[in-house]
Amino acid sequence: MRKQIEGSRAVAETVALCRPQVICAYPITPQTHIVEALGEMAGSRNLQPCEFINVESEFAALSVAIGASAAGARAYTATASQGLLYMAEAVYNASGLGLPIVMTIGNRAIGAPINIWNDHSDSMALRDAGWIQLYAETNQEAADQHIQAFRLAEELSCPVMVCMDGFILTHAYEPVDIPVQQQVDDWLPAFDPRQVLDPAEPISIGAMVGPEAFLEVRYLAHHKQVRALERIPQLSEDFRKSFGRDSGGLLRSYRVENAETIVVALGSVNGTIQEVVDEMRVHGHSIGSLSITCFRPFPREALRAALAGARRVVVIEKSLAVGSGGILSADVQMALAGRGTRLYTVIAGLGGRAVTRTSLQRCFEQAIADRLELLTFLDLDTRLIIRHLERERLRRRSGPVAENLLHDIDLIAAQIG
Amino acid sequence: MASQPIKFFQTGTFTIGNRLLPEAARSIQSDPLRANSLNCGHRACQGCGEALGARYAIDAAIRAAQGKLIVANATGCLEVFSTPYPESSWQIPWMHSLFGNAAAVATGIAAAMKVKGRTDVRVVAQGGDGGTADIGLACLSGMFERADDVLFICYDNEAYMNTGVQRSSATPPAARTATTPATGGQRGARFGQGKNLPLIAMAHHISYVATASVGDLRDLEAKVEKAIGMGGARYIHVHVPCPLGWGSAPHDTIKVARAAMESGLFPIMEAEHGEVIGRRLIRKKLPVEEYLKLQKRFAHLFSPVRDAAAIAAIQAIADGNIRKFGLMEEHQQ
Ligand SMILES: Cc1ncc(C[n+]2csc(CCOP(=O)(O)OP(=O)(O)O)c2C)c(N)n1
Ligand code: SF4
Ligand SMILES: [Mg+2]
Repeated sequence: MRKQIEGSRAVAETVALCRPQVICAYPITPQTHIVEALGEMAGSRNLQPCEFINVESEFAALSVAIGASAAGARAYTATASQGLLYMAEAVYNASGLGLPIVMTIGNRAIGAPINIWNDHSDSMALRDAGWIQLYAETNQEAADQHIQAFRLAEELSCPVMVCMDGFILTHAYEPVDIPVQQQVDDWLPAFDPRQVLDPAEPISIGAMVGPEAFLEVRYLAHHKQVRALERIPQLSEDFRKSFGRDSGGLLRSYRVENAETIVVALGSVNGTIQEVVDEMRVHGHSIGSLSITCFRPFPREALRAALAGARRVVVIEKSLAVGSGGILSADVQMALAGRGTRLYTVIAGLGGRAVTRTSLQRCFEQAIADRLELLTFLDLDTRLIIRHLERERLRRRSGPVAENLLHDIDLIAAQIG
Repeated sequence: MASQPIKFFQTGTFTIGNRLLPEAARSIQSDPLRANSLNCGHRACQGCGEALGARYAIDAAIRAAQGKLIVANATGCLEVFSTPYPESSWQIPWMHSLFGNAAAVATGIAAAMKVKGRTDVRVVAQGGDGGTADIGLACLSGMFERADDVLFICYDNEAYMNTGVQRSSATPPAARTATTPATGGQRGARFGQGKNLPLIAMAHHISYVATASVGDLRDLEAKVEKAIGMGGARYIHVHVPCPLGWGSAPHDTIKVARAAMESGLFPIMEAEHGEVIGRRLIRKKLPVEEYLKLQKRFAHLFSPVRDAAAIAAIQAIADGNIRKFGLMEEHQQ
């Protein structure tokens, strides 16, 4: 049923339709509304039988999910930012053990400085942990990707993160089509685990493995993700047939036909990028964009094909590999290997900084003129940077950076005002 | 139990021969049909108290659960010596996830059993003192506070043995470990207030808390059996000498464990809902020296010169335990 609903609520209602048997919750902004809604549903409606467990940390949240999943229950949790890092050890463990847990990430920056707003630093920090990572462009997609995530995870015995932009999606009210129970039941079979803790058939899970087989265990995890590259588009197609809409898949292109310039990005910022593309097309620019909906496994071949005609690619990234540059663009670069395509990396939207159409358009125009720096920080306030570097030059004890910058912002604002 | 009509008498000992006991009170290990959870093939050191304690505890749990048992294990010696592929020694559904999360993993398993309506399956989590009192304490406390249907068993060998005998918060004062040396001006682990996990568990008012020792295996079995039969969060803390880390002779493991009990250094008690309901009385009180002397980790207390002050301080700890838990009531009355 289509209704005007908050993104978190839409995800919670959809997750409930997937009949999770164990849900572990620990609050962190901007994930809270999801687990609150699930908590409210637990013990009522479709969410029975389900154990909803309020744990004492994110480390425990994922650990409880690990135990539940190994014992054959469909397990779900959600987190963000500091919470994801706090459970990092268990994130690797869940995938190493091949447990098909589904976890929502309400993408948020990582401190210090502490910041509750959106960027992709959290899920990017764990991109190589062996989880499949899906990125939602809209709330409809976020909701739908959860249904697909449970099926994919359980088919492959591999955990899946569904990443949705904090606030921008989690707290946005949009029309979302929430399926009915029967539709989901028809599409998502009951969990049939490959390995299960069962007194009738005792097995050891999580035993020690030395150099003789560790490489092979890891290779198989990689192989599983490579197989997912085939399976994800099939599931998306199958989903379209049953639910009547396109959601998920590996990537989605927008007006890329004959585009000389293609913009690549993850998540909700694609909406803004598409508006800029429309605007620039009106003015005769040959530009298109590409939303990557599956970041792990990385759809290198599909991306290479989709970017075949492009002369230049601009990657808009909501995360930064400090000391190196882009994270997504490093993968995009690999997909472009051997081609002469120019690649621009644009770091944008860190810590919730608005990614505006005006700034994007200016940036794309510079790229088209091949005047863009290869690594660009969108809307970087260079006045603040210069002031601070000068302060550090003048004084050994220059003090805490973040506090100084906030002070400078006030000063600059006062000068302008 | 398959019984054997054998007459068996012992003299000069406090131990009653198992077969002289009524059938219901006999040790599970004396049953030829007993489960053998921890099979041959494991790689523990000779005389390992943890291997012995875990085998008795889990065998008892299996019997009490009528075979329907699932175990979550923390990282540590027990996990490492029992599982290198392909020699997994566990005859039960067993899982190891991480060092600090055994209690939470067990909560998850118990939750899964509950949603599946498998109330017949019992769940045990187990780990060393490090995995319990240090890195695992948050998950353990959470499990207690929620009263999850899990029995947590801690095998306390008073240090991080698996990584090479470093100090944990369960390491006793004066003990030499790799990170509390007894060289130069240093005298082993510092004297402090300690971290008493059984008391911390009792402060959660969980349904059952007990201490036990490989020095009294029958008591350990009985407590595990009792705990398995109860609901909610339960905790058993088992004292397990480690010949490698303590510098005791492998054949002295039981002797060392008994000396800990009989000196009062390791009080044996049980508690329900936060109140002590039973204790194992000391029969013939040993001076702590008798316990300390068996272990090289305390050798610096005796040579080159006797450290009378430290020994007296340790004696005071034992005497304090005896008072606090009433371990010698009979004698005092
Ligand atoms: C997060 C983490 N930190 C440290 C370790 C290293 N480590 C593995 S086992 C262990 C010591 C275990 O000590 P304890 O729990 O007392 O068990 P024991 O080996 O003494 O039986 C340590 C420090 C680890 N595996 N994981
Ligand atoms: S080091 Fe200690 S606890 Fe570990 S196997 Fe050897 S005796 Fe047992
Ligand atoms: Mg230990």
